[in-house]
Amino acid sequence: MDERQPQARMIKALLARPLPAAILAIALLGITAYAVSHFPRSIVAFMLFQASILFLYFAAMPSWLKGLLTAGTLGVLMPVVGSINGYYLEIAIQVGIFVALALGLNIVVGLAGLLDLGYVAFFAVGAYTWAIFGSPQANQIFGGDAFPLPPAWFFLFLLLGVGVAAGAGILLGLPVLRLHGDYLAIVTLGFGEVIRVLANNLDKPINFTNGPKGITPISRPPIFFEPVLRAVGVDPNPNVVYPLYLYFLVLLIVGVTILVNRRVEDSHVGRAWEAIREDQTAAQAMGVPLVRMKLMAFACGASFAGAVGVLFSAKQVFINPESFTFMESIGVLAMVILGGMGSIPGAILGATVVTVLNLQVLKGLSLWLNELRNAGVTIFGWSLANLPTQLEPAKYERMVFGLILVLMMVFRPQGILPVQRRHRELHDGAALPER
Amino acid sequence: MDFELLIGIFPQVFLDGLILGFMYALIALGYTMVYGVLEFINFAHSEIFVVGAFVGVEILLTFQAAGLLALVSPFLVLLVVLLLGMLASGLLAVTVERVAYRPLRGAPRLIPLISAIGVSFFLQDAVRLVESVWRNAFNLVYPTMDTLNIRFSLTETIDVSVKSLVVIVASLLMLWGLHALVNRTKIGTAMRAVAEDQAAASLMGISVNRIISLTFLIGGAMGGAAGVLFGVQYSLINPYTGFIPGLKAFTAAVLGGIGNIPGAMVGGLVLGLLEAFAASYLSLLTGGAFGAEYKDIFAFSVLILILIFRPKGLLGEVVRERA
Repeated sequence: MDERQPQARMIKALLARPLPAAILAIALLGITAYAVSHFPRSIVAFMLFQASILFLYFAAMPSWLKGLLTAGTLGVLMPVVGSINGYYLEIAIQVGIFVALALGLNIVVGLAGLLDLGYVAFFAVGAYTWAIFGSPQANQIFGGDAFPLPPAWFFLFLLLGVGVAAGAGILLGLPVLRLHGDYLAIVTLGFGEVIRVLANNLDKPINFTNGPKGITPISRPPIFFEPVLRAVGVDPNPNVVYPLYLYFLVLLIVGVTILVNRRVEDSHVGRAWEAIREDQTAAQAMGVPLVRMKLMAFACGASFAGAVGVLFSAKQVFINPESFTFMESIGVLAMVILGGMGSIPGAILGATVVTVLNLQVLKGLSLWLNELRNAGVTIFGWSLANLPTQLEPAKYERMVFGLILVLMMVFRPQGILPVQRRHRELHDGAALPER
Repeated sequence: MDFELLIGIFPQVFLDGLILGFMYALIALGYTMVYGVLEFINFAHSEIFVVGAFVGVEILLTFQAAGLLALVSPFLVLLVVLLLGMLASGLLAVTVERVAYRPLRGAPRLIPLISAIGVSFFLQDAVRLVESVWRNAFNLVYPTMDTLNIRFSLTETIDVSVKSLVVIVASLLMLWGLHALVNRTKIGTAMRAVAEDQAAASLMGISVNRIISLTFLIGGAMGGAAGVLFGVQYSLINPYTGFIPGLKAFTAAVLGGIGNIPGAMVGGLVLGLLEAFAASYLSLLTGGAFGAEYKDIFAFSVLILILIFRPKGLLGEVVRERA
């Protein structure tokens, strides 16, 4: 494939040999982590650190070593880097949230081939489930002052969020099962909007969601290990502990999500989904129960979003309907497609790239542009100070998502890290007719 | 409950619904024509509509700055703006097809749809970017023209403004023109042939690509016209204005039977009326518990119900299922 590019071949050869690859990966991680600790405000340094994690993924080495290195990087290095610059930890948490969302959507879109344009609705369902009961909001519904529930209930609601979201998935799935392809897409889009409009307006006649004002303060999970921290002599200051705590919670959820995804993919359910995606009629003829399998896909995909939603509401402490717009659904879809539909590493990579793009690259560009503007730099005799203040790259994430979607569809519909089977099929089998 | 009031507002609500319905019908045509030919939902059509509205407002603002608005007859100005808006939107639709859809023809169904969503998102921010750089604002207001704002009183309770009449007349003319084009001309015959069977049409000497471009041009132009009329009628536009009307218009197209041109017109009118009534009566009938803000939910519920119980729409033209 890369015969024309000697450098690429060299990198590939290097990556394919365990010893140099392992040494290089460790060296890269070390150097970049050191760079971040020295230049805590440099976006470039942090992105190099992220790139070296990517390198770790591609490098060939024994799986125990790779597992160990990954665990070390995500479990130790990342929190250390995050405690140097808190914003990086925030980014890591966001990335984790979106990875879990992308993996959930990947089941629906990538595996079962049901284009869901209202995925964020399930996220919203999960988030509101905990937000209502984990804050004084529920008193408005039931009266009295029994709420918020004690923080320990958070863990129960994590499971409850899964259940409620899965229920919502089935609720959406039931009426639309007979629809195909693009009709299904539009109806799911409508469903997403319905959920958002409900969240926006259900502050009367009974105040469920507090409308556009949103719900706050939402309880955070309890620091049940506080005695341990005290015993070890660490300061259990919530401002320091919570980001790390949430980071590990996200990591846990992502881990569980990946595990479930991998198990499901190879199970008979996963096979059935892929059969439905490829050819529904043929799948039915081969005895795949369409109704059950499609409902299962909806429920399964939704459940991840529900769990992440509960976590999201606890992390944000405040939620309102603005967090659950169509824009978010498309964002998650862009992640799945960028990485490669149906591919687990693809969804992870896609979520990371898009989130980093949004939170770091575009924001960084905005800051940079602002600096140039304030400094009054001139290009070709035209002062940048004349630039309209509305010109901020951070505000144009739709443009970026749009470009990603179109370019990927036109040039690489299988995504960056496609599933091997899907890759072959899009390349040889159902190749696009020549024009 | 105040029945007097309910009946009293009926004609006015009906009229508002009609105007909204014509707007939806014009946009729905773009969806339905493309669907008829390519069996694909042109998700970016709502942005084609918005671009029409923005071209319109830009021209009007330029005229206003030049002091032309007070000198020339507003109907002439409106005609120029309408034509230019249609031209811009039509050309944009053709470009979008060429760049983002044509390379994907023959790919699995979801692929062009995703590409269309991408185009839609891209265009929203592109409009915003251009307007931000150009005017340093992207929430724009259509300049008012006094003649258009004159209101006639039909009866004591109903009055209608000149601009509403313009919207209705312009829509009727365009719908009639399109109907004639598709059914009575050679080009229309070719379009129907391509919709029926692309391969056979090309064997009959029809240039399929050119007809598809033409379909996008006409559908886009209709969307652009709807954009200008929308701006004239409702004044306020921003780059994201198109999303909801686009979705409603798509609902209208499905309601009438997607791929079916008279169906899109009927569907648009029905949906516009339903929505106007929902917006005005919902709050009155439920004693204020549920207000006009639920009208969107209402439209989506209609969409879901049609798709479940009558997937071929009101004027059901059988749409073939691609295996």
